[in-house]
Amino acid sequence: MDAEAAKLIGAGLAVIPLAGAGVGIGLIFGNFLSGAFRNPSASAANQPTMLLGFALAEFTGLLGFATAMIILYAS
Amino acid sequence: MIAAAEAPGPMEQFEILPLIKFPAEGNIDLSFTNSSLWMLIGVGAIIAFFAAATSRRSLVPGRLQSSVEVLHEFIADLVRDTIGPEGRRFLPYIFTLFIFILVGNLFGLLPSVPGTPERFHTFTTTSHLAVTGALALLTITIVIVYGFWKNGLGFLKLFWPSGLPVWMYAFIPLIEFISFLSRPISLAIRLFANMLAGHIILKLFAGFVIALLGAGGFISVIGVAPFLGAVAVMMLEFLIAALQAYVFAILACIYLNDAVHAGSH
Repeated sequence: MDAEAAKLIGAGLAVIPLAGAGVGIGLIFGNFLSGAFRNPSASAANQPTMLLGFALAEFTGLLGFATAMIILYAS
Repeated sequence: MIAAAEAPGPMEQFEILPLIKFPAEGNIDLSFTNSSLWMLIGVGAIIAFFAAATSRRSLVPGRLQSSVEVLHEFIADLVRDTIGPEGRRFLPYIFTLFIFILVGNLFGLLPSVPGTPERFHTFTTTSHLAVTGALALLTITIVIVYGFWKNGLGFLKLFWPSGLPVWMYAFIPLIEFISFLSRPISLAIRLFANMLAGHIILKLFAGFVIALLGAGGFISVIGVAPFLGAVAVMMLEFLIAALQAYVFAILACIYLNDAVHAGSH
């Protein structure tokens, strides 16, 4: 296989983690909302924790994205 | 006209370019780079802002003073909630960390002045593993030094959680040790990868706009779509810039909490 083609396929494979990050972020916000609708008075206090979870979940996807970009442009 | 304008690749923005060259000592190049310049600009802006806000202290705070008070209260609450009353001595460190990362992230989002040479373009200091790695190593060094200074060898209880079945002690300390070692790495890579990925996406969208405009005719009208995308990503980036500074600060607090209360978990 051509080295350039292998690079492109590798970059494509490296962005697969973004699917997991999408599922994770959806779970975090979905579960937060379902909890917040049950007990709206407790939602404000838990917002920082939700955002922390969002940032941690997004990171796993971004790791894949950054890898793909490094494969594409910086190697 | 537009077709002649070439869009640089999305990685060019992260290039470190020397501004003032110093002779290299062996393998260590001490040149004053654009990264140093933007760190200096950030620190200068922080000092100027806080000096201006605290110069005329009044009991009823003005606009500037209350913005600083809100920031201080925010971090003080964070430290108090995660570490407890003993955490007060870490407040200056966590506050410095938070403000430095926040300003580094936000100044990276400033637009460059068009036409200036590339070495004076806006530079995101926190998009480099060297910077975030230094911050993470400093944090974990404080955790280790303070942990041993406060608890003596009792700090090692961190790797020896109490109340487990006996057979689990065969491997749990090893897992705890590896998880401890991975903390500075994950701390550094989280901030670095977030900034890197966000800025790459922004420049990719900008590159699409230029490529579509360059195509001319009806196709250049489609260029509106990536432009709107870039605006949306920009708004997300402002959220991420603040959020990552917060995440770095809260994780540093959680790790420091382990050093303060090593025996009790």
